[in-house]
This record gives sequence, C-alpha cells and structure tokens, in this order.
Amino acid sequence: MNAKQLSVFIENRQGRLGEVLDVLKRNKINIISLSLADTTEYGLLRLIVNDPASGREKLSAEGFSTMLTDVLVIKIEHKAGSLQELLKILSEKQINVEYMYGLSIDGETASVVLKPSDLKKADKILVSEGVKTMSAEDISKLN
Amino acid sequence: MIWNETKECMSRDEMTALQSARLVKTVDYVYHNVEFYRKKMQQLGLLPGDIKGVEDITKLPFTTKDDLRDNYPFGLFATPKSQIVRIHASSGTTGKATVVGYTRRDLDIWSECVARCLTMAGVTKEDIIQVGYGYGLFTGGLGAHGGAEKIGAMVVPMSTGNSKKLTTMMVDFGVTAIACTPSYLLHISELLEAENLIKDLKLRAAICGAEPWTDKMRSEIEGRLHINAHDIYGLSEVMGPGVACDCIYHKGLHVCEDHFYPEILDTSTLKPVKAGETGELVFTTITKEGLPLIRYRTKDLTSINYDTCECGRTSARISKFKGRVDDMLIIRGVNVFPSQVEAALVDIKEVTPHYMIIVDRVNNLDTLEIQVEIDEKYFSDEIKGLEALTQKISHTINQALGLNAKIRIVEPQTLTRSEGKAVHVIDKRKLY
Repeated sequence: MNAKQLSVFIENRQGRLGEVLDVLKRNKINIISLSLADTTEYGLLRLIVNDPASGREKLSAEGFSTMLTDVLVIKIEHKAGSLQELLKILSEKQINVEYMYGLSIDGETASVVLKPSDLKKADKILVSEGVKTMSAEDISKLN
Repeated sequence: MIWNETKECMSRDEMTALQSARLVKTVDYVYHNVEFYRKKMQQLGLLPGDIKGVEDITKLPFTTKDDLRDNYPFGLFATPKSQIVRIHASSGTTGKATVVGYTRRDLDIWSECVARCLTMAGVTKEDIIQVGYGYGLFTGGLGAHGGAEKIGAMVVPMSTGNSKKLTTMMVDFGVTAIACTPSYLLHISELLEAENLIKDLKLRAAICGAEPWTDKMRSEIEGRLHINAHDIYGLSEVMGPGVACDCIYHKGLHVCEDHFYPEILDTSTLKPVKAGETGELVFTTITKEGLPLIRYRTKDLTSINYDTCECGRTSARISKFKGRVDDMLIIRGVNVFPSQVEAALVDIKEVTPHYMIIVDRVNNLDTLEIQVEIDEKYFSDEIKGLEALTQKISHTINQALGLNAKIRIVEPQTLTRSEGKAVHVIDKRKLY
C-alpha cells in the first residue's frame, strides 16, 4: 500500500523552512514525519502529513514548488536488525532505496518511509513477505 | 618607440586627406560588391560619387550587429569566398554567431595594427610574449599572435585554461610580456604571489583587453607585478584586438585611424558630438577587403581627443569606455547578451522563461550565475533529479554562450516578471 509524501523545494535562505511550517500550522496540517535533504543551494523537505493533498494545495497557493510522491511507509519491529532484514528482502530483488527516513508511531513499532526504485514491485514483494505497510488512510488517522 | 611613425604621427590634415581618399574608395567598393550596402544606399538615393571625403560620412547608412546576423554567415562579405583565408566568430545577440572573414591583406593589416599596439607597450623583437587569450574563433588569441610575430618577438601561444602551466613557463622562459584579459592577469598575479614567484619574473609589460577595466585595476596590476599594463581595444566586426591601444601616458587609446575611421555620436540623435563629449563609438573600416563595414555601431560609450599625445603620436585617442548603449555583458572576455540566455532557456521545457543573470568577480575571475525557475510539473523529490536537471540547463547554456555558467534553481515566482522593464541582470563588478 502506498502512502503520499508531500515534497517541498526550499531555497537556502533564512526563514524559508519556517514559512513552510507556518503555512501548515495555519491550515492545521499535522506533520507526522519529515526529512530535509540539503545541498549548498537548496533543500528538499519531504513530509508525511495527515492530509497531503490539502497541504500541497495550501503550499502551492503560497508560491512553493511542491509535489506528491508515492512512498512506502513500512512497519517494522522495534528491535535490532529489523531494518537490515527489510532492506535485505528488497536488495535481493534488485530494488534500490532512493531515500529513506524514520517515522515513529508509538512505543512498540517503528516505521520507515522509503522510496524504492520500483514502487510497485517493492510493494508486491513486501506483501508476499508479510511485511506491513501503511496506507494514506492509515496515516490520516494518526493524528 | 613608435612602430609606424609615418602613419601614427602624420599631421591631422594629412590624416584627414588619407582617410577621405580611403573612404571614397571603400564606399565605391562596397557599393559594387555588397548587395546589402548597394540597396541601403539606393534607398537613401546615394551614389558612391556623393561621398567625396570624411565630411560626407554622415550621409552613409549605419551597420549594426543585427545586420550581420540577418546576413549570416557570409552575406556581407565583399569578396568571393576563395579570397577569404580566415574566419572568426563572436556571440550574436541571439542564437547565431557573428561571423567575420579576412583576406590575406586584411590579416596583414590586422598584424600591422597589433604591432603598433604592442610597440606602444614597449614590446620589441627582443621580447618573449605569452598570449593568454583563447585561440580559435575568438579573435583575441590569433590576433595578438599575428602582431607579436610581425614584430619578431618570441611568441608563446598559451591560449587559456591552464594557469599553472602559464605561470611555470612565465618563470622558466623568462617571459617579458603578456597579452590576456586584465581580470585573468590579476588572477595570474595571485597565483604567482601565492607561490612567491614574483621575484623570479622578467615580466615588463602587459597588453590587456577584451573586457572593460578601470585605471584602478591597471594600478593594481602594475603594482603587484611591477610592470606597465596597457589597454588594447578591438572588436571582431571591425577587426579584432588592435583597433586602439593606450601608450605609456595612458591618456586614452590611440586609434589606428588610417584603417578604422571613428565617429562619436549622440546616443539619441545619432549626430556627431563635439570632440571630448561622450557618445557611441562608430567605426567605418577604410582598408578592409573581406568584411568592410560602413558606420558600424559598436554600442560602446566613449569620447575622442584629437590633440597630439605626449608620446608624439597624432592619432585620435578614445577614452576608456564609459559603458554600453545596449545590455551586452563581457564575461571573461566573452560577449554575452541576456537575449542569448533567454533564447536558450526557451528550448528547455522544464524551466519557465523567467531568469536572472548575476555577474560577479570573485578572486579576480568573473563568475556567471543564472537563476531559473523550474516548471512545477518537472519538479523532483530527489536531489539527483534536480541535479540532473541543473546539469541539463547548464549544458544548454554553456553551448549557447560558450561560457560556463553556474545554474541555480530558485523557487517559483521569485524572479522578476518581464512586464514593463524587467531587470534580468545584476552586475556586481565595477567595470566603468
């Protein structure tokens, strides 16, 4: 099952990240997880929010470059080695990880947000391996 | 030292008579050999016989860079292609280059002009001169080279791009003169200072051009390298470097007036201004065979002085440039028009047509940054996607300008819109 990630392009200038967060706050959009990839000139803010479509609309209206990307939000056990096992499953089937970041839901399970090189194939493999993924709907309920 | 005393020191009356005779000949020549000029003169009801001397020059039509573009590539050549022995090209205002052609005699005259300029800088056959201008379509390298060979100096054809090799050879060969852009020479001087090599130099003179520079920059170059630095001017349409150069007194650049007839015109009325007043520099080539140009508008702003110089030369002197009539930028010696950037960006579907050009000088080297907005459709959530896009834009721009530009992606709607007079260029250098 896919989840939607909201990606925002941010120039490296003072206060710009704050402005993104301000738009989300004003529109009561809750951030569940985020990652910020930075280069010398710009950053890419990747967000998992409770309502990505609305988040995108509001940010675009305020002049930000945004996009929605399909990603996998995968539940893994909160114990040593579980992430390694997950990645092993994918790498054995020649699936690469484009990027990945953590997402914490509660005390017992951990989750990772993962963008695989081939999302459909990865999803299928995970289903067959019995790995749990979260849908957009699951995430919207995480408020 | 004066290379050609007969020509460089003739009385003003003699010069005017010579220019008049050559102008009359040139007008007759272009009328019969270049359709473009014949048509223009016919439209104005002018016959070659109507031009009896330089006093009649204002009757003649102008030529612009756009005329060269419209007649790309060889439309304005006055000789059959078989008579042309060399082609050079510079940036046009849009995609197409401005192409110029030289006959054997044109090249000889060009070398003669450069020889005069090098002699103004004290270069003789005893010198070892490094030419640090680009060799190729750009007129700088081969132009300076021809003049240096004519003098009989030992020429080291360095071209551009390998500063380390240049400084090593400068020391090892005992180079005494260098021809390159002034900003590049400052960069070279920093490298030499960093390696503590200044004390090992035999360098005496520099002949710098291809970009505007100030007296302050000259003092800096002279002070750091303990040399005399001279300003050489030229443009490929008229000939290339060697159209004018300043002597040791640095009170304006002596024009090779017996080959290039200068006028200074009011920028709004295009009527001649009085000597000493600032206006646009316009040249008529009066000895060229391959690509003779009538009243070519250089778009450079300057003033002219006909007084005899302390050096003994009587040739007219143009002041250091005071700016441009158009929006052309000179970056690392390369002419860049914002319209070229615009034309290149139109072909890249991922970017919007909005852009900003930022020119700066960092460690004495010109930097060019072009800011672009990405069409949201082509936005990427991966750094590698954005980097690939930046590279694609960079490649297209580099091809169009012949110059490496740094591409910076900015957020949408942040660049000035072209409604009214949009500012597309921020030039942080202080060149004039």
